[in-house]
Amino acid sequence: MAKQFTDPTLRSSDITPESSYLNRRQFMKGAVVGSAALLAAQTSAADTSKLVSFPSYTSAENSGWPLQVPDVLTPFDDVTNYNNFYEFGMDKSDPARYASAMTLDPWSIRVSSDSGKTSDVQFEDLLRAMDIEERIYRLRCVEAWSMVIPWLGFPLAELIRWLSPEGSFQFVQFQTRYVRAEMRGTRSFSSVIDWPYQEALRMDEAMNPLSFIAVGLYGKSLLAQNGAPLRLVVPWKYGFKSIKSIASIHFTNRLPETSWQSIAPHEYGFYANVNPEVDHPRWSQRFERRLPSSLFSPNRIPTQMFNGYGEYVADLYKNLDLRRYY
Amino acid sequence: MLQNQLGPDPVKQLVLLTGERGFQFLLFSLAISPLARLLTAPLLIQWRRPAGLWAFYFLSLHLLVFFQGYIGWSWTILIEELKERPYISVGALAWLLLVPLALTSTRRARLKLGRRWRLLHRLVFIVAALACLHIIWQVRSDWINAGVYTLTCVLIVGSRYRNLRCFSKAI
Repeated sequence: MAKQFTDPTLRSSDITPESSYLNRRQFMKGAVVGSAALLAAQTSAADTSKLVSFPSYTSAENSGWPLQVPDVLTPFDDVTNYNNFYEFGMDKSDPARYASAMTLDPWSIRVSSDSGKTSDVQFEDLLRAMDIEERIYRLRCVEAWSMVIPWLGFPLAELIRWLSPEGSFQFVQFQTRYVRAEMRGTRSFSSVIDWPYQEALRMDEAMNPLSFIAVGLYGKSLLAQNGAPLRLVVPWKYGFKSIKSIASIHFTNRLPETSWQSIAPHEYGFYANVNPEVDHPRWSQRFERRLPSSLFSPNRIPTQMFNGYGEYVADLYKNLDLRRYY
Repeated sequence: MLQNQLGPDPVKQLVLLTGERGFQFLLFSLAISPLARLLTAPLLIQWRRPAGLWAFYFLSLHLLVFFQGYIGWSWTILIEELKERPYISVGALAWLLLVPLALTSTRRARLKLGRRWRLLHRLVFIVAALACLHIIWQVRSDWINAGVYTLTCVLIVGSRYRNLRCFSKAI
């Protein structure tokens, strides 16, 4: 685990100089907040020339985070052009084509809890409060493909601490933004998804240091198809748990219903932990296609338990039958 | 080249592409007889064999891509898939039933089999039904694609109701 990881795509110019790293806090307060408006204002998803670079963040190399993945990174173009975001269509290329219709500015997140208190948090305020770091994570889709993505963001635990919900709750529930007029996929009469898309985590899962809120990738702000302006990343679970474009967060003590689980409970469980031993009825989970793959070298690799993050998360499930609670 | 045109996951794209094209040719081959009758254009019938063979060709590619990209030519994985994923076993059965049809598509086989040739080739109705099931079984969140294909198939096969009746009588 302590193996030194050198990312071949990072140039020396990408490394944050020590001085700005030390001055980071002051720098962030100014520069990030200034650019937050820009980040949110960036509405054209297909046009990557409008991508906004993060002014400052702690790179994966400098973060001291012990678990930087020694895998080859999935190219930026693949990460941003091969997406599941059914609000914009079922085809993997639909989100890149149509997600730019989503209004990203202004963006506020409705925060509520069972105790009844509700407030709205502006994305800029949230960004101002957080230190941005880079995390390289594997992303394993339940459809048996996978990617390796350098995310930018902050631990979900930090967000929850910052929101400091009054009372103690067992679950945290998320909803994706839902605006019918902006999302052609939600207008499909034949879709069986009950919008908005919902996902949830048990509180101890949410507080695990691996759970991450991404606001960017590859040093740039997120594009709409990747879940701009902010999304969840839970790397030891199948991709559908990592809800995109978060519009609301609810703290609760009841086990929340999640979108895929309510469509097909025998196929999609609440936990959705990556597990090569428990097959999905549609896809064997023993292997995955690490993208980009090709027909003649399909890049099939064996799937690891908890997507390889078992050391950090297995304890969460030690009293759980993962065959039953998949 | 394949990678650039088909995106980062060409295996999946090729499986979809070959499967869909194969099924379209299958539907087309089934539509030819009623079309020929409807349009009183008996010469259309000569398109039936090539359409059927194209269907077999694409569905064989479909199978090859599945073997290469999804199961890596592993028998143990193949058996597991067939046992645990009914939509895959149904698809495999449909392809298997197409094999004798492709093999007996020559003029010689046709002459040799005589009346039995007709009967044998009505297996295509079973293949079509299995193919529809194969598609319906894979619906996840939106049924429009599977719905349109199945409806088309039912309409075409329904218009050949008389053939179907002969077939069921013969069994």
